[in-house]
Amino acid sequence: MIPHKWPSVTLPFHTLLLPLLALTLAFTLLFSGLTQASNSSEARPAERKVASFAGPEYWRAIQQGEAGQTQSQTREANQLINVQGEEWRQWRNQWVTPAGAYAMGGTLAVLLLFYILVGQNKLDSPRTGSTVERWKRFDRAMHWTVATLFIILAISGLTLLYGKFFLRAALGDSLWGNYATACKLAHNYLGPIFVVALLVMIIKWMKHNFFNSTDIKWFMQGGGMVGKTHPSAGYMNGGEKAWFWVLTIAGLVVCISGLVMDFPNFDQSRETMQLANLIHGSVSLLLIAASFGHIYIGTAGTEGALEGMKSGHVDETWAKQHHDLWYHEVKNEGSDKQ
Amino acid sequence: MAKMKFLCDSKRCIECNGCVTACKNENNVEWGIQRRRVVTINDGEPGETSISVACMHCTDAPCMAVCPTDVFYQTEDGIVLHNKDGCIGCGYCLFACPFGAPQFPSDAAFGERGKMDKCTFCAGGPEEDNSPEEKAKYGANRIAEGKLPMCAEMCSTKALLAGDAAEVSDIFRERVIYRGHNDGAWAQTTLQNETDLAYDATQPKA
Repeated sequence: MIPHKWPSVTLPFHTLLLPLLALTLAFTLLFSGLTQASNSSEARPAERKVASFAGPEYWRAIQQGEAGQTQSQTREANQLINVQGEEWRQWRNQWVTPAGAYAMGGTLAVLLLFYILVGQNKLDSPRTGSTVERWKRFDRAMHWTVATLFIILAISGLTLLYGKFFLRAALGDSLWGNYATACKLAHNYLGPIFVVALLVMIIKWMKHNFFNSTDIKWFMQGGGMVGKTHPSAGYMNGGEKAWFWVLTIAGLVVCISGLVMDFPNFDQSRETMQLANLIHGSVSLLLIAASFGHIYIGTAGTEGALEGMKSGHVDETWAKQHHDLWYHEVKNEGSDKQ
Repeated sequence: MAKMKFLCDSKRCIECNGCVTACKNENNVEWGIQRRRVVTINDGEPGETSISVACMHCTDAPCMAVCPTDVFYQTEDGIVLHNKDGCIGCGYCLFACPFGAPQFPSDAAFGERGKMDKCTFCAGGPEEDNSPEEKAKYGANRIAEGKLPMCAEMCSTKALLAGDAAEVSDIFRERVIYRGHNDGAWAQTTLQNETDLAYDATQPKA
């Protein structure tokens, strides 16, 4: 669009300049003609014209992410403004960060209260001294691989979310910088290994974890967590199955969203990674909170539970009390074989 | 205390990319990174408009708010700077920034992005002013020398203004007055018979 006023200008400076200008214009037209000719074979993408020349509509369009042309080769450089990031910031800083802290702190508080009020789930009768095999070496190796990676990933992830609020001041800039770098590297490189380990565990243990009618009765009696009752359970009780499915579903969501962020080399947009970050953060925080429950029940909460995952063998008293159906199954098999 | 701001006059920017080149040259910006870029909307169409954009040194900077290692800091002049030593290359500042200012030298697998680089308003970094370390990591520190950012200083049409917010707006306000314009700052609306009053030649100046 050539400004209308130009031809009417009659200053001497401009009259002098006019022939020169004409010459330049001629050259420009010539060359632009040439370039036009060389580009004419390419189909020009239909561009939406932004109404008004730099008027309010123009700014509104830019604010809404209107893209243009740029020489920058950076991804999404053709957008002047992308407000999506602000939304992500609000969600991450105002919701995920505090909600995660409440979820984890709340779970810890409930567990502590439960431990104080109800205490450890003790064995009802003395140990027999003879044991039954509950977890094979491969199962245990798998459990502790996943558990170790989970803990490292949880600590490094929590450091990246909450560390700056107190760790930087506690460690000092230099140590904090190195620790944060180590956390990021651990998170990014161990993450994919965790994905593989988790998948193996899910596949290996899924057959034990389909719910049946015994589990409904187990849940109806609150899993025998409080009081003297011990609802029947097979190899896995209802609670263990529930944890398995929580870990399976939440774990896979965390793995997939994590991989989206861990491999930025696939040209995914910022918006995709923002969404992945929110999903990854909120679901993993819930998973960490839930894992506190699992860790409590497996250690301080139940007498003799940790032995199973440590040595692979549990005392017969423990087996009878917590997994009676499985115990009888094992005993019958044993007697069949003899 | 001054409040440093950039302002790009969309009526003057001619998309010469001189600011981009000036910045790259002055700051020895890493290969593949452009701290400043010019975006042209309606390229080749009537109403073509270009804007040069870089870090806008926000008062409430989103990059600062989301950085997990808290490497950002704001100078007394309101310039948003960062400490590359603490940067872990997570990319969160890039997610949060509306202007696409933070950039990374790489985007390889396992989140290997390298250390973030962005416009420093030619104010260097946390190292000693104009030390070789500062120069190597962040480029020039013109502010310490009492100079303004190279991009704005080199702008041929003075579309890109940099400096104290009050002075920048004074200059721009003066331009707007001389443009003799209903709509003031940026342009006419469609109501004015589609005439562009940006360069009102009957006015003596600007």
